[in-house]
Amino acid sequence: MGKRTVIPFGPQHPVLPEPVHLDLVLEDETVVEAIPSIGFIHRGLEKLVELREYPEMVFVAERICGICSFGHSWGYCHAVEGLMNIEVPERAEYLRTIWHELGRVHSHLLWLGLLADSFGFESLFMQCWRLRETVLDLFEKTTGGRVIFSVSRVGGVLYDMDADTLAEMVRTLRGMEPEIRRICQVFADDASVRNRLCGVGVLSKEDAYALGAVGPTARGSGVAIDMRMTCHGKYQELGFEPIVETAGDCWARTQVRVREIYQSIDLIEKAVERIPEGEIAVPVKGNLPENACFLARVEQPRGEAVYYVKSSKATKFLERFRVRTPTCANLPALVKMLGGCDLADVPVIVLSIDPCISCTER
Amino acid sequence: MGVMKLSKTLFQNLFRKPDTKMYPVIQREYTERTKGHIGIDIENCLFCGMCARKCPCHAITVDRNSKTWSISRMQCIMCRCCVGYCPKHCLTMENTYTPPSTTKVVDTFTFVPPPAEEAPAETPAAE
Amino acid sequence: MYPEQHFTDISADALVDRVTEKKEQGYRLVQICCTNVAEGFELLYTFEKDLTAECLRLTCPKDTEIQSVSGVFWPAFLYENEMKDLFGVKIKHIVLDYGGNFFRLTQKTPWNPQPAAEGEVE
Repeated sequence: MGKRTVIPFGPQHPVLPEPVHLDLVLEDETVVEAIPSIGFIHRGLEKLVELREYPEMVFVAERICGICSFGHSWGYCHAVEGLMNIEVPERAEYLRTIWHELGRVHSHLLWLGLLADSFGFESLFMQCWRLRETVLDLFEKTTGGRVIFSVSRVGGVLYDMDADTLAEMVRTLRGMEPEIRRICQVFADDASVRNRLCGVGVLSKEDAYALGAVGPTARGSGVAIDMRMTCHGKYQELGFEPIVETAGDCWARTQVRVREIYQSIDLIEKAVERIPEGEIAVPVKGNLPENACFLARVEQPRGEAVYYVKSSKATKFLERFRVRTPTCANLPALVKMLGGCDLADVPVIVLSIDPCISCTER
Repeated sequence: MGVMKLSKTLFQNLFRKPDTKMYPVIQREYTERTKGHIGIDIENCLFCGMCARKCPCHAITVDRNSKTWSISRMQCIMCRCCVGYCPKHCLTMENTYTPPSTTKVVDTFTFVPPPAEEAPAETPAAE
Repeated sequence: MYPEQHFTDISADALVDRVTEKKEQGYRLVQICCTNVAEGFELLYTFEKDLTAECLRLTCPKDTEIQSVSGVFWPAFLYENEMKDLFGVKIKHIVLDYGGNFFRLTQKTPWNPQPAAEGEVE
């Protein structure tokens, strides 16, 4: 039993792309307690809703995060559409589903790379990001942007994709799949990877549920919670089933994400087969309803995000726009996971929830 | 559990051409929809100021009197909001990027009436 | 097409009891947020069970002291500290209280500027 030491971790740390600070209370090499603190990059984006009209706010909402940007713009649009009770065209919903799933492939490949980097497997990191580049090219071709798309609008989407583009997108993704499988085989089987991931940062099913964990963090612990099972998007028509692993350690969370990449490719292929012809947007004019509020929940690559919009007067300005991002919900679970782990495993565990701090602070 | 699982990929990488480009020598190909910069057909512009009012980041300034339209390139977030709202469809999203700069570039476009039709062009503006 | 919305209005006194009730029914906390309204603050506590979200809405004057629910749902400390820092909601007995230092802000309670509160600090 050693003397207790407090070691500050972050806000600047080689594995962290974004600033989160943890005060780690150590006993010898073992973490006994971790106190998170954020607040280095609070931008006050939610407050901007009072100065931007609701159709323009979607661009601000999209810029909450650079990785789940499509998800944030969709979430905001979904919330405002629900508030105004707008019937979004079928084709627009399918297009949004396709882009959202494409965003999931890119987000998970990025995360796999970062995870490899966190345990020092540099070449695996490079390979993951090389594959991700193909997805970004698909995005650039269909939306015009590589990470920020500005393609979702209240009432629909800006651009359509013709049948050739959709078919080529599926062909490209199917062409990538063997390469993704070869890379992901390393995450599944390689001895050096398994030594760093298996049994590290275990989160039990009960804890994952009680602490409000969302997304792959919850599903890696056996909690089958996925907002794609609810009525947002076209997932019910596509026969969506959540992917669940039961081990609850970093390796299980990795496997959830790896399997979600394949699932997303399948979902995109199914959506392309079923996409109906028709309008891609309905014109949205006029003011917001009086005294209305709406809570929308969308599954981002990192987990469930909650969007709450409230309008009190019949103007073009919302009174409140609130985003609860997946990382915010996963922070308590992270603190739980860190208790009892080795100091050397802290970076891997922190990364295993896929932290996005600029999302969290908005 | 296995070891050297990445070796196959690594060996293939030895014999394939690099994924990166020698950038300034080999130019990147932009797609049709690439968000590069906002272009304006100043001849058609009404100077109504709709783009400036709708811009979420206040990057555009329109002066009706001096017939100028200016955009702060560093402030523009390429959201295509102004392109959608322009009543004369004179704003376009060009697919090439503006050159990098160390200062905050403001591009100003001034409407110069063609000299031959100077008299007819000024009459509608005065009304 | 849109999920059904469940909003229940509650009073500040009944908050902890109602939240404890939710916990016993097997709900988990989704989020807590605050809005500036004409009556003061509107606090929204969102809970989830079987993919259905339910919200408890509490409207109170700005100087009301609100009991923390972090004793019932431990993850609530994040949201409560956030509300305390950004709006200046008077929440007492938070399990992990950052004492107004959760967000590093140049101005106290930026989303609800209070000249009186600034005087107290000086």
